[in-house]
Amino acid sequence: MKFLCIQCDHIMAFAERQLPGDGTLAAVFECSACGREIAMLTNPMETQLVSSMGIEIGGRTVPEQPMELVRSNLDGGRDDAFVEEEPPAPARPVRVEWTPAAVDRLGRVPSFVRGMVKRIYTDYARERGIGRMTPEVMDTARTDLGLEGM
Amino acid sequence: MRKIRTYHEVESQTGDLLVDQIRDQRRRLDGRLAGIRNVVAVGSGKGGVGKSLVAANLAAALAAEGRTVGALDADLNGPSLARMLGAAGQRLVDGAEGVVPAPAACGVRVMSMELLQNDADAPLRWRAPSGDGFLWQSSIETGAVREFLSDVAWGGLDFLLMDLPPGTDKMERVFQLLPGLETLLLVTTPSEMSRRVVARAARLAREQGIPTVGLVANMTEYVCPCCGHSDPLFPGDGVARLAAATGLEIWGRIPFDPRLGEASDRGAPAVVASEDSPSARAFRALARRIAEPREVGEEPAR
Repeated sequence: MKFLCIQCDHIMAFAERQLPGDGTLAAVFECSACGREIAMLTNPMETQLVSSMGIEIGGRTVPEQPMELVRSNLDGGRDDAFVEEEPPAPARPVRVEWTPAAVDRLGRVPSFVRGMVKRIYTDYARERGIGRMTPEVMDTARTDLGLEGM
Repeated sequence: MRKIRTYHEVESQTGDLLVDQIRDQRRRLDGRLAGIRNVVAVGSGKGGVGKSLVAANLAAALAAEGRTVGALDADLNGPSLARMLGAAGQRLVDGAEGVVPAPAACGVRVMSMELLQNDADAPLRWRAPSGDGFLWQSSIETGAVREFLSDVAWGGLDFLLMDLPPGTDKMERVFQLLPGLETLLLVTTPSEMSRRVVARAARLAREQGIPTVGLVANMTEYVCPCCGHSDPLFPGDGVARLAAATGLEIWGRIPFDPRLGEASDRGAPAVVASEDSPSARAFRALARRIAEPREVGEEPAR
């Protein structure tokens, strides 16, 4: 899938993706020659069709997580199906401390995908040298990574 | 009419963002498969012939002989391998290299939808915003099998046994995930109905170019546990006719044994639970048949 700016005959680059939470998706593409932007809007069925292939329109903002497709889409997943592996302490360049408020926020994520979501947020903080995970950091990460659904 | 450049005429420095993701999935799958010496698919095309029972007992028999074995339940809608191998209810560790498969008591590493569902008796359902599941369901289920292959930290395996779903359409999708699949066991029973359906699966295997395909005849006879006398369970021998019609060799004949089902229900494969039974002996012979040609000069995987 490619988007072409007909006026400039120039390929448009992916700029932004938004998931408003109603099953629809908006993906913004921009022409780097003239700056024109277009938004591709998909209905819930189209969004699901793409999602069922385990791919994201516009490309991935975070690497695909192990069994992401199953975890994100299985209805009736077992709450305690996954248990986190604790890596040895020296393997962690930056220790990310989760504040009670962040833990509370994470607790609202269905437990079937909670481990995967926690890892995404922790990796986000670690890569940026953030030592404390707060709801504010989670909000920023959600926006930066396009994780509106998480 | 104005001329708009075609897809192939437009070059993108960032590539195709969708196609590239599909290629990444393929690379991940290939990387994981590189650590597995032999993938053996167990299928039939028909339900109810005992595919899962054969896959579970074969996995346990290979593990009992010192091989490192994984068992992947690709029958997402009717999973049973975890229960049969005694791994039901286990939790999966989210490891650095992927999801760690559940270790069964018999030493087999197991991945099955059974381990992920909250209610073992509930039909498999996917979250969906609308009722148009027919449009995307096969895509997501093929993706789930792909993730079972690529995102599970199988480690080095001598054998990965795959329990295929019934239906030649689903078998074909799994084959497309495994272009290098070398061995397929087609499980059948001596019944005429089974013969016809399995013949279709045999043709599919030939069309897909799978080099080694063997027939496993299940429920061939009933062996009296008291005197050892055996009687056929079905009139005629549909398996021999199937073999003659397809040119496939019969690799094993598994006698009917009520203890097989009973042992499976409590998570103890018959090759472990009743190792001297005729069916256990038949499974061990089948395991040797599969393993021996491949292991000359090979150290077991770790």
